[in-house]
Amino acid sequence: MQIPHTVELRPDTGLFNAKLGIWLFLASEVMLFGALFSSLVLLRVGSEHWPHGWEILNVPLATLNTAVLITSSVTMVMSWASLKMHEFGKYKMYMGATILLAFVFLIVKAFEYGHKFELGHFPSTDNFYATYFTMTGLHGLHVIGGIIVNAYFWGPGSKMWKTDPERFTNRIEIAGLYWHFVDLVWIFLFPILYLL
Amino acid sequence: MADAAHSEDIKKHVRTYVMVFVSLMALTMVTVAVSYLHLSIGPAITVALIIATIKGSLVASYFMHLISEKKLIFFVLILTVVFFIALMTLPIGHMSDNLTH
Repeated sequence: MQIPHTVELRPDTGLFNAKLGIWLFLASEVMLFGALFSSLVLLRVGSEHWPHGWEILNVPLATLNTAVLITSSVTMVMSWASLKMHEFGKYKMYMGATILLAFVFLIVKAFEYGHKFELGHFPSTDNFYATYFTMTGLHGLHVIGGIIVNAYFWGPGSKMWKTDPERFTNRIEIAGLYWHFVDLVWIFLFPILYLL
Repeated sequence: MADAAHSEDIKKHVRTYVMVFVSLMALTMVTVAVSYLHLSIGPAITVALIIATIKGSLVASYFMHLISEKKLIFFVLILTVVFFIALMTLPIGHMSDNLTH
């Protein structure tokens, strides 16, 4: 049996099914990260002393990582635009770049974590480090999830381009929506954790 | 013919993506530069959140195509925003609790 509405729009929603599906998923993700942001506000407001992020975290490295993620969002949307223009070669290049940039982000993050561990700062150290590691850790897991999905669509999953190009293009749009959300979360995490 | 027009449309999109990219990078530099001014916490939070919200809106509007999305998606998002605001007001409720005791 064929999965319905992978390409043709549903008359009642005006969307292909995966589009509505990913937005519902992202709505649940907003609540997941929202709960952590809310907890951070509660802990910070209720604490007698809370350090400024820039006093103890590496702002230049995090700025570099922000630039890396923003660039990867552009390469992601360009990979989708390339498919729309029927340029599969360019799709492979842009999607490959997106995956590479995601790895760069994780490597920089690993350096940051490693340095903190060397100094003896762990999630158990205090509430600041507990929130820092929880929020950047959960975000990092989302980056890893994005790498797995994007690598599948760059490699074996891209065979669908030959058999069902429209459906494949829609899949990339959906993977892109997830990836841009991961970028969006970082856009808020970066100032809240590092700059305030 | 229709395909050529469609390709032209996408090329316009691509120009927009490049402009959004430049704006996002510039705003990142601005927010980092402001953090070096070491403003007091109230103005610092306000400036950082305003810049982050502008950046987030650019990503959602253009990279996630919300600017031209269907009504149902907006309905889902409005509901999400309502619940998100409820979550964010929980700490405020806690603070006013402290004041009354």
